[in-house]
Amino acid sequence: MRIVIGEGSCGIAAGALKVHSAIDAFANSDIQIGITGCIGMCFLEPIVDIYEENELKARLVKVKESDAQNIVNAVKENNLSLVDYLKISDEDNSFLTQQTRIALRNCGIADPENIESYKEKGGYEALKKVLTSMTPEEVIEEIKTSGLAGRGGAGFPTWFKWNAARQSDGDEKYLICNADEGDPGAFMDRAVIESDPHNLIEGMLIAAYAIGAKYAYVYVRAEYPLAIVRLGKAIEDATKENLLGENILGTSFSCTLRIKAGAGAFVCGEETALIESLEGKRGMPRLKPPFPAQKGYENKPSNINNVETFANVPWIILNSGKAFASMGTETSKGTKVFALTGKIRRGGLVEIPMGLTLRDVIFNIGGGIRNNKKFKAVQLGGPSGGCIPEALLDTVIDYKALSATGAIMGSGGMVVMDEDTCMVNMARFFLDFTTKESCGKCVHCRIGTKRLFEILTRITDGKGKEGDIELLEELCDSVKSGALCGLGQTAPNPVLTTIKYFRNEYEAHINEGRCPAGECAALRKYVIDETKCRGCTLCAKKCPVNAISGSVKQAHKIDTNKCIKCGLCKSNCKFDAIEVK
Amino acid sequence: MCENCSKSDLTLLNDVLKEFASVRGSLITILQKAQEIYGYLPVDVIYYLAEKTGNTPAKVMGVATFYTQFRLTPVGKNLIMLCKGTACHVNGADAVEKAICDYLEIKDGETSADGLFSLKTVACLGCCSLSPVMMINEDTYGSLTPQKAVEILTEIKAREEA
Ligand SMILES: Cc1cc2nc3c(=O)[nH]c(=O)nc-3n(C[C@H](O)[C@H](O)[C@H](O)COP(=O)(O)O)c2cc1C
Ligand code: FES
Repeated sequence: MRIVIGEGSCGIAAGALKVHSAIDAFANSDIQIGITGCIGMCFLEPIVDIYEENELKARLVKVKESDAQNIVNAVKENNLSLVDYLKISDEDNSFLTQQTRIALRNCGIADPENIESYKEKGGYEALKKVLTSMTPEEVIEEIKTSGLAGRGGAGFPTWFKWNAARQSDGDEKYLICNADEGDPGAFMDRAVIESDPHNLIEGMLIAAYAIGAKYAYVYVRAEYPLAIVRLGKAIEDATKENLLGENILGTSFSCTLRIKAGAGAFVCGEETALIESLEGKRGMPRLKPPFPAQKGYENKPSNINNVETFANVPWIILNSGKAFASMGTETSKGTKVFALTGKIRRGGLVEIPMGLTLRDVIFNIGGGIRNNKKFKAVQLGGPSGGCIPEALLDTVIDYKALSATGAIMGSGGMVVMDEDTCMVNMARFFLDFTTKESCGKCVHCRIGTKRLFEILTRITDGKGKEGDIELLEELCDSVKSGALCGLGQTAPNPVLTTIKYFRNEYEAHINEGRCPAGECAALRKYVIDETKCRGCTLCAKKCPVNAISGSVKQAHKIDTNKCIKCGLCKSNCKFDAIEVK
Repeated sequence: MCENCSKSDLTLLNDVLKEFASVRGSLITILQKAQEIYGYLPVDVIYYLAEKTGNTPAKVMGVATFYTQFRLTPVGKNLIMLCKGTACHVNGADAVEKAICDYLEIKDGETSADGLFSLKTVACLGCCSLSPVMMINEDTYGSLTPQKAVEILTEIKAREEA
């Protein structure tokens, strides 16, 4: 039997490396110990799998260092009942069994640091097939049949971009992978690179062959150090085996692949800004046209795709475009990966066929809301996307259907919110983000987002004015139409969707001085429940502004005019007598 | 260049320059390597790199100030990167930030008086399922509460002082 430890970033943050060394300490050399990437069940990390040959015998979850001895003994004695107490429950396992994995097919299964492990699972067979039996045109045709659309957010047909770059004049062409993953709350691309880097490399090589590119770059965001290390090792190993470099696999096709680490700028996820950044400049978007397919990196024809887009390609080549297109809806084919997070019970990576509903993903796969709270909204598409309310939970996952709600499919961030999340503050959160990330090149984005942020701040501070909602809407309109790139054009979406679906929350802030979710500190009111208060005087002593009065053994009172809403009284009360209204 | 500017040991850059100075489009990479060496980007280093890469100091400064990764002032011994991405926001990152700031008596972007900690808020460390999350140097800490964050800092402090 073999012990395999899940060592993606989430697993490591949850303590996988400590578990690994504890297991190492107990095991002797005849027990095989290996690693794998992210299985996607982040809510159960650290995860340890026990395999017999290639069959998964047991999946152990929330493993601690102190479990190491039991695990080693179970394997030594061939007695898995010793670790029964760690085995994943059927219910939690349904998180995985309800998924269909293509882009993530090796994640949590293959060893990301071992090229053989990828090859055992059919790795690099698609590349061989393409190089030995398909013309570039045939590859593009297969991708066209598959209906694969860009997974980076915009959903543009992949074959069309490849074809445009292929048709472009010039023999020096570039292929670029966008691994900037800027949406705060999304980690699909990180997981793919950390867990299955060869899949990305293979997908990119097939694309490079199709468009005729000799040079390829992966632009990885700086916050992903582990992804950079693993991809670097994978590139080295692939080069050694002549899967990268000159005359790949003895054919006339040559391609080199390099990593460029980003330096922290959300706008660099936008393709033209990314190209500027690759060239070593400030990442300011360019005016389009010309499109990258005509003038991209170093003004040469270039094609940019997202990590997940590439990760689907080897599967499509091996299983046919038709097989891919048989999944999904009329307009959206194949599967999509989502990073399910927020107030969800089972958070992690979810890959499902297009056409399931949001409810399927959040409630069936994700298990619904944590702590028996009520669902309020789900945020898709990050700073460019929007919040979808409960009434629209039966919307199917499809580019068109999601856009119709005012949100977007986005790159895959799916953040779930419950009754305690204030939607005005959510909009403010995103505008705070876009204001900071606006590159400053165009006025509407630079100043418009700032003004939006100020109005939203005013509302959450309890200083909202009549007419603020209309003002927000008007300003949103002009930012949307006046901004140069996608960042500014989509920045108003979080504001517009929250106004559209949660207008009552805006009105409560402005007209009644009340935050229905109880999140906005300035609008909170602390009151003492006289039936619970025992008059212990502790709160009065703790209050930094002497806003609490009352005599010993008598119910106390808070002077709301003096109160600065610091919450110290509440956190110190031993009788749970202080309520927030 | 100003007289009071720090005098950095510029020879430390020799290897980096040898490898990248003539490679087109490498300015960001060079600045990243320089920051690894000095912990931040001293002004004299910026001037020196400009000269060696054939750029104007203004251009190098422009790039250094555009990206959030680059720092123009030294940081504390331990760099706290506190995530304030969407998932962390929804799960209470603001309260964690307040606890850290109160404990260290600093604001975002500042360094504690003892020089042990600097705080920098970032947008998403990619560990959203464990939100709220922070990274201290290379280590990631998840499922934070205000108390837990302060405990972690207290522990590091005790270790540093021992
Ligand atoms: C502000 C902004 C940020 C973006 N961030 C990303 C990103 O982080 N990752 C990504 O793949 N695409 C991002 N995009 C989309 C890219 O511009 C581009 O459409 C995409 O990389 C194309 O790849 P695809 O066709 O495979 O989706 C962003 C766009 C904008 C406007
Ligand atoms: S939002 Fe904090 S790690 Fe992603």
